[in-house]
Amino acid sequence: MNKVDLVIIGGGPAGMGAAVAAYDAGVRDILVLERDHRLGGILEQCIHNGFGLHRFKEELTGPEYAWRFEKELHARGIAYRLNTMVLDITPDKVVTAMNSEEGVFQIQAGAVILAMGCRERPRGALNTAGTRPAGIYTAGTAQRYINIMGYMPGKKVVILGSGDIGLIMARRMTWEGAKVQMVLELMPYSGGLTRNIVQCLQDNNIPLLLSHTIVDIHGKDRVEGVTIAEVDERRQPKMETAQYVECDTILLSVGLLPENELSKKASVPLDPMTSGALVDQRRMTEVPGIFACGNVLHVHDLVDYVSEEAEIAGRGAAAYLGISGENYGAEDQAHITVKPAKGVRYTLPQRISAVEDTTVFFRVTDVHKAVKVVVKADGEVIQSRRRPRVAPGEMETVNLNAKTLADCTGKTLTIEIEEV
Amino acid sequence: MQQEIICTNCPMGCHVIVTLEGDQIVSITGNTCPRGEAYARAEVTDPKRTITTTVGIIGGGVLPVKSDRAVSKRRISEFMEKIHQVYAVRPVHIGDKLIEDLDGDGANLVATQNAE
Ligand SMILES: Cc1cc2nc3c(=O)[nH]c(=O)nc-3n(C[C@H](O)[C@H](O)[C@H](O)COP(=O)(O)OP(=O)(O)OC[C@H]3O[C@@H](n4cnc5c(N)ncnc54)[C@H](O)[C@@H]3O)c2cc1C
Ligand code: SF4
Repeated sequence: MNKVDLVIIGGGPAGMGAAVAAYDAGVRDILVLERDHRLGGILEQCIHNGFGLHRFKEELTGPEYAWRFEKELHARGIAYRLNTMVLDITPDKVVTAMNSEEGVFQIQAGAVILAMGCRERPRGALNTAGTRPAGIYTAGTAQRYINIMGYMPGKKVVILGSGDIGLIMARRMTWEGAKVQMVLELMPYSGGLTRNIVQCLQDNNIPLLLSHTIVDIHGKDRVEGVTIAEVDERRQPKMETAQYVECDTILLSVGLLPENELSKKASVPLDPMTSGALVDQRRMTEVPGIFACGNVLHVHDLVDYVSEEAEIAGRGAAAYLGISGENYGAEDQAHITVKPAKGVRYTLPQRISAVEDTTVFFRVTDVHKAVKVVVKADGEVIQSRRRPRVAPGEMETVNLNAKTLADCTGKTLTIEIEEV
Repeated sequence: MQQEIICTNCPMGCHVIVTLEGDQIVSITGNTCPRGEAYARAEVTDPKRTITTTVGIIGGGVLPVKSDRAVSKRRISEFMEKIHQVYAVRPVHIGDKLIEDLDGDGANLVATQNAE
């Protein structure tokens, strides 16, 4: 069987970022496997700008951001294979893949980085009775139709869900001549970035109806309209508010889910809160030598953070392989558990296995103004920081330095939100 | 007259209040930092946006493109009509100009993806 030091699954921004970082940490024998006909991942269909503000201090479109990383790969001569689908990974890191030239082949990897990204939540999210006429798409599918295939899925559109992809598609379809009637959001607040609400909806006079949902879809072969209604605090539709809205297309923008079928095959334990792997500060899963980064690990709203995380995983894999000469191995030396507490939905990483500077990413459960982010070790406050505003749609961080962590070995750290 | 502008420069999303007398700005309040003032001023006088869209490629396929500078938001539909009339020819590379001086103010339409 062919042996490769580091096999990376997925050639999106996470896979490419991890490959470059691992190379720069000394790994030379790297192979990136990508099922699509080009590198770049989902960014290739995200043609709008706003990528890379943190990282490059300029606003790039998705394909331009991806190209920056692809060039880095080429400059280092890092090997990759396109049109190659990974079918299986075993816990001892045998990767089975397939393409039309080589058929099915196996590689024994020294370390593996999972970077398969995420997919949209399936249509099931739409809880309406009755038949399903044509004209219902997820926002990401519509994005692919328009931006890659050059085909407009409809003329009169209602969007359910105010996640960023839905907001971006509202503007995209308006600019292309469609009429976007409205965006409906079940929750009393939008999950999208303020910037997108302003530039995609307000700019184009598209109403955003919070606490609203679709209760019925009309039309036999093709969508002809929807009945919408306001919902109460328990998110039940108030039928007295029901009204009919004409449309030929419904876009569903109802969130993303990490794509972890392969991780499960490799017996990688998952966190039910993130739907991604449980990892340590280097992004190593509970299976030694298997790392994860990007949207397969937890859903990111900014690709800049994907790149940052990919670099952590890339360097982590180099350290695991013993190539970068760092003091890091499969052995847990610190035994620190990280857990979400009041007002926090999840933390990442979920454990810290070595005493070193660590950034913990987390998401809050609700929108708050003026809060304190409090870190406790076995119930005792070790760090506290004010934040002017937190929201579930925006990832938050706390930095824990090695000095602080040295006193925490064997303990459980919790992160919580306190109103001030 | 007062206009409320939500600053989108950072996640704070300050609600900035611009007070106008005729088309003269008399005060700007509610911003937490100077970037908010500059943004609100531009929003009230001549808001600008970057256009991102696609054009067809001769022989099939589509090519993502953008205006290499922000252009006047009020004229976007006019620019879109102009953009819909151009086609790209392979090979085309990131940064290649497809329309020079799209808005009469120096913004060009450029490719944002490679098509060999
Ligand atoms: C429809 C959609 C639109 C989005 N729009 C935005 C946006 O506007 N702005 C933003 O900041 N973020 C957006 N995101 C989030 C975006 O996905 C991330 O910012 C970033 O692209 C994630 O990078 P990644 O490398 O983790 O995943 P991806 O970019 O999804 O890359 C994963 C790669 O892995 C490959 N792969 C998966 N399984 C296999 C396998 N078994 N074998 C081989 N290869 C495999 C895929 O083909 C893909 O190329 C969007 C996500 C989706 C799904
Ligand atoms: S005014 Fe300053 S602090 Fe407020 S949103 Fe704008 S950039 Fe952010």
